[in-house]
Amino acid sequence: MAKTITRDMVANTLREALPQLAFELPADIEAALRAACEREESPRAVMALNLLVENACIAREDRVAICQDTGSVWVCLEIGPDVSVQGDVLADANDVVAEAFVQHNLRKSLVRDALFDRANTGDNTPAFCELRVSDKPGARLHVMCKGGGSDNASRVVMLTPGAGKQGIVDAVLACVREKAANACPPLVVGIGIGATFDKVAGLAKMALMRPLGEAAPDPRVAEFEDELLQAINATGIGAAALGGSTTALGVRVNTAPCHIAALPLAINMGCSAMRRGTYEL
Amino acid sequence: MNSSAPKRLTMPFDREELSQLRAGDACLLTGPMYTLRDAGHMRLIAELDEAGEDALPYGLDGQAIFYAGPTPAAAGRPFGAIGPTTASRMDFAAPRLHDAGIAAVIGKGVRSQDVREACIRNGAVYFVTVGGAAAYLAKCVTASETLAYDDLGTEALRRIEVVDFPVFVGIDVVGNDVYSTV
Repeated sequence: MAKTITRDMVANTLREALPQLAFELPADIEAALRAACEREESPRAVMALNLLVENACIAREDRVAICQDTGSVWVCLEIGPDVSVQGDVLADANDVVAEAFVQHNLRKSLVRDALFDRANTGDNTPAFCELRVSDKPGARLHVMCKGGGSDNASRVVMLTPGAGKQGIVDAVLACVREKAANACPPLVVGIGIGATFDKVAGLAKMALMRPLGEAAPDPRVAEFEDELLQAINATGIGAAALGGSTTALGVRVNTAPCHIAALPLAINMGCSAMRRGTYEL
Repeated sequence: MNSSAPKRLTMPFDREELSQLRAGDACLLTGPMYTLRDAGHMRLIAELDEAGEDALPYGLDGQAIFYAGPTPAAAGRPFGAIGPTTASRMDFAAPRLHDAGIAAVIGKGVRSQDVREACIRNGAVYFVTVGGAAAYLAKCVTASETLAYDDLGTEALRRIEVVDFPVFVGIDVVGNDVYSTV
C-alpha cells in the first residue's frame, strides 16, 4: 500500500518549520561557527564569530529572527517510488507562509513582480515550490529560507568540458573573491555541476540541504569538496570578510550527467545563517 | 594591525573624530541613525531631483544612514532583528548623499571607487557591521520612529537610537578600504 501525502501533511510540516528556521540556527551550522571561532587567530574574525554565536543564542532564547532577512521561502517536496500524492499538495504553502510571517513577526521581503511592480506583497508570499521525484523511498519536505544577499552572490557559469576540474575551482574562487563580502561569510557554498542551464542551479541549491557533518556518498565528490573548501579558506577573506582563516564552513557538491558539449556550473552561496531543514513526512 | 579595543563614538558624528578613524578599527556607536535601503534610496533621490537642490530632508544632514530593513517589533524591543544589507546596491546614490551632507553609512560588503572618492572628498566614513548578527544588533536599538515612506514596509525611512552598536571602519576619510587589506 503506497503512502499518501496530503495537503495537510505538507502544510502542517511547513507551519512548524518556518518559525524554527527563523529563530534556531541549525545545529550543524552553530557547531561549525563555534569550531571556527576556536581555530581563528585574526582578532577581527574572532569578534565577528563570537557575535554570530551569541546572536544564535539570543535568537533561540528570545524567539527573534537570527537575521533580519528572514528570506524567501523555498519548499521542495521529494517523493519516493512508494509514495502517492493527492493532487496539488503544495497548494497551501502560500497561506502557511503568510500566516507564519505575520504571526512570528518575520520580515516581508518579496515584491509582486521583479520588473513591473516592485510593491511589497505584504506577507512574504509567494513561496517558491517544487515537487521532485526521487528513487529514495518515503517522502520528505525540504525547506529553505534564503537571504537576498547570499542569493545575489550566486551564479551560473556554462563552462566547456576542457575547463575540467581546474576550471571549476577557478570559477568558484573567482565568485568567492568577488562576492563573499556581500554574502555574509563564513559561507556554506552549494555547487551544482552538470545537467542543463536551468537544472544546474537546482543541483546547487539542493546541495545546500546536506548537513555539514554528512559526507558525500561518492568519495570523489567528498574529496573535491575538501579541495574546494581548502582553496576557499586559503583566500584569507574570513568571517564577515574582515580577514581570517574560515571563509566557508563547508562546500557541498552535487554532480549530474550532461551534454557532450557542456560543463554547467552553478554556485549557490549560503550565508552564516544557513536556514534550511529536511523533514520526513 | 589596529588595536582591538573598540573606540566609543557618539552620533551625530564629530567630523574631526571621524577623520581620525582608520579602516579596520573596531568601534561602538551610540546615538541616532537612520535606516534606509534600496527603494527608500530611489525615493530620496527622486525627492532631491524634484526639489532641484541637494538639501537633505527629514533632518538627515550630518547624520548616519544604516542600510537595513528590520523585522517587526518582538521580544519587547523595537525590532526583533536588524542588520546590515549589501551596501553596493546603494552605490548609485551614496556619493550624492555624502556630497549633500551624510556623514557616515553603515552596511556590509565592498563599495565602488566612486563611493571611496566621495568618502575622501567629504570626510565621510563607511562602517561595516556583521551580517547575520541581527538578533544581537537589535538588542542595541532602544527606540525607533518612522519618518517617511511607510508604504515601503521594512524599507521605510526610520530614525532609530542605538547604544554600543558594534561596527568596523570599512572605508576611512583617506580612502583606505578594509576589504582591500584582507
